Amino acid sequence: MDTLTRRRFLTLSGVTAAGALAFGATRVNWDDLMKAASDDPLDASQGVLVVVTLYGGNDGLNTVVPAEDRAYQDARPDLAYEPGEVLGLGEGLGLNPGLKGLKQLWDDRGLAIVRGVGYAQPDHSHFRSMAIWQTASPRTSVPSGWLGRWLDETAGDDPLRALSLEPLLPPMLAGERTAAASFPLSGLKLPSGALGDAFTALGQASDGEEHWQARVARSIADLRHTATTLTGSPEGGKLPDDDPDEQRDKGSSAGGGGALGAQLDVVARLIEAGAPCRVYSASLGGFDTHSDERATQQRLLSELDAALTPFVRRVGKRATVLVYSEFGRRVRANASDGTDHGTAGPVFLLGAGVQGGFHGAQPSLTDLDDGDLKQTTDFRDVYATLLDRVLGTEPERVLSDHKGQLEGLFA
Amino acid sequence: MVQLDDRAAVRRLHDRLGVGPRPGDLDRTFDAALDALLGGDAAGEVAAPVPASPPRPAKGDRAAKQDAARQRAEDDHALTTWWLDRLVTTGRPAVERTTWFWHGHFATSEQKVRSPWAVLAQNETFRRLGLGPFADLAQALVVDPAMLVWLDGDDNRAGSPNENLAREFLELFALGIGHYEEQDVREAARALTGWTVRADTGKAELVAKRHDDGSKTVFGRSERFTAQSLVTLVLERKESPEFVVGRAWFRMVSAQPPAADVLARLVTAFRRDTRTLLRAMASEAAFRDEGNSLVKQPVEWAVGLMRALGVRPRDLERKQADALLRALRGLGQTPFRPPSVGGWPAGGAWLTTAAWPSRLDLAKLVAERADLEAALGTADRIEGVRRLLGVDSWSDRTKTALGKVATNPVQLVVVAASAPEYVVSR
Repeated sequence: MDTLTRRRFLTLSGVTAAGALAFGATRVNWDDLMKAASDDPLDASQGVLVVVTLYGGNDGLNTVVPAEDRAYQDARPDLAYEPGEVLGLGEGLGLNPGLKGLKQLWDDRGLAIVRGVGYAQPDHSHFRSMAIWQTASPRTSVPSGWLGRWLDETAGDDPLRALSLEPLLPPMLAGERTAAASFPLSGLKLPSGALGDAFTALGQASDGEEHWQARVARSIADLRHTATTLTGSPEGGKLPDDDPDEQRDKGSSAGGGGALGAQLDVVARLIEAGAPCRVYSASLGGFDTHSDERATQQRLLSELDAALTPFVRRVGKRATVLVYSEFGRRVRANASDGTDHGTAGPVFLLGAGVQGGFHGAQPSLTDLDDGDLKQTTDFRDVYATLLDRVLGTEPERVLSDHKGQLEGLFA
Repeated sequence: MVQLDDRAAVRRLHDRLGVGPRPGDLDRTFDAALDALLGGDAAGEVAAPVPASPPRPAKGDRAAKQDAARQRAEDDHALTTWWLDRLVTTGRPAVERTTWFWHGHFATSEQKVRSPWAVLAQNETFRRLGLGPFADLAQALVVDPAMLVWLDGDDNRAGSPNENLAREFLELFALGIGHYEEQDVREAARALTGWTVRADTGKAELVAKRHDDGSKTVFGRSERFTAQSLVTLVLERKESPEFVVGRAWFRMVSAQPPAADVLARLVTAFRRDTRTLLRAMASEAAFRDEGNSLVKQPVEWAVGLMRALGVRPRDLERKQADALLRALRGLGQTPFRPPSVGGWPAGGAWLTTAAWPSRLDLAKLVAERADLEAALGTADRIEGVRRLLGVDSWSDRTKTALGKVATNPVQLVVVAASAPEYVVSR
């Protein structure tokens, strides 16, 4: 079948990758990871990349705030932060007051802020723009994610080289041949006795079985290997409850989950144990702030800050963290104290090797493209730099039609 | 292509255009089964519970908000159980199936709407208009109170439009990405300005002073578009019926898009109404193509199981009803709470290892409530459970697995319901 058409189908149904993703991800358990860590520990010289995706389109202008810019205050009078409210970074910019921990990291030269990151001819659809960021292909649809292609190029058949902490595998981790493994935060429990035997027997491959039925059987077989949970208890761990949260829920129509702190805690434990993963993926949702943005976004950024700061303090010597969203938001506020879908936004880099400070130029607030910021840095420059400096891979092998890196981002 | 035999084709009809077969349903001819799915009557259908929450979330202090949230959680529980019960017992399967489909298409979540009244009203709209002309449904949804809250339509006003609803209407509901320009989104948003949800009644109304009644240019046409004339304009685009038909095909027939000639026939049918579209889809050769299997969505799987076993959600004790909804959440699909406006995923996304404990819990809960001794018969129970669930045939692998629990009816049903042959709709 035509993969591009199929991919569009999948995109619209919320599963945004074809290729390996169509076959589902390999699930692994804590014991698998710990065994791999002792059998084949990651060499200390090998960089680790942790990608944090903010779903919904985080408002960059209220994250790295040009509070002293008249044009900013004029464009969003009820939504703007006053210069006295933000955490000053210099050059007329300040961090959102929810990002107090990141401000300390900034002061320690541990936070790099790449400004105005985006791509030409920006797309304002959540689903399309997220696909562009995750596949690193702005102009044409491709059936693989950028880190999935990195897996294809470098990992052989080892899915453990990349690990997702999200319930569904993000498209960026699906290659043409290899997909990242995924690790559930919740516990897993196998039935025992006769029922357990019968259930296990369902996991046997059956000759000539239809594709999806074979996948069902495979997932049952995988479950046998996942019986022990993260907590080590036979009852398994528990997902944090789906606590109703008025602030977060306001921006929830573009998807994404919560529990970023729990995700990063697992990542930190795996990194400390020497798990053989080079790439981890975690996410936080709720950033689609079309209305009552200030409280919602500040709450979410505080959650990001509370998850990220201790993580970087803990394993930042070992791991490099990338934080991005599918787009920023419109410069001018709408009538509902929110903002509509926009374009370029800031990208955060923290941890191992990162040179703190500003990178890239701040987009102008007066020279706009139909009300939107003009990007000053191509997001693939950031990816290329990470591929080169963290993953030790020639960027051209993954980003075939892109040249260029960010100078000075790494020491 | 290998074609399904007649009996398997009837089974597929029930899976795809209905809510799963009940014992005896597969003895009909294909045409009779299709008539039964699309016909039927409302006898025995239970009216929805009346929410105790106010139409719009109450304002107040912290304690008042907590009380309201508790009440809303109760209402949501009652509403979800009611709809599941309706799906399980309905005598008009195509009505409930399309209600379910449109819920995923115009995906709106109570997570943000916070009004059991509004999500119930939207659900009744899908039920009332779901088999009729798409234009009627689209017109209703663009000013639907739950939708206006979900996509910030009630914040969209003259002079400073909020684009959320306009964009998703074009991208996800009516036209599909790539068939409009950014300028069209911005101008469409202006056409939708002024629609608000009244705090006292929860009804939608057009507030004239919030509506931008100036000229807007959409698809190169300049007019003083309103919500209604905008929807008409969008639905007249050639790509609109092709897009919506493609979505229905994706959920009910195949992950592979329809061939051009098939699509043309389906669009002709869809221009009349959705009922005609369903008939047209069922009459295509591709509908019987053995290769067009679909992974059942968790709600479809659970509803089909309860329907086959005659277990009604409304008859469950509270603790069991809680367990049912908890298991569905563990499977990743709770009615009235799609994960985003893009709706639910499909295919392999449902086949995660992490979902298995919930799937097993749910199957056990249902099996324990069913009268299995009579339903399974005494002779060959492996054959009996195949008939009971309406599975075409068991593989040797699955027969071996079932043989290990053949003496325990509950476990037999749990294993059968977990078998690849039942989790996937061939």
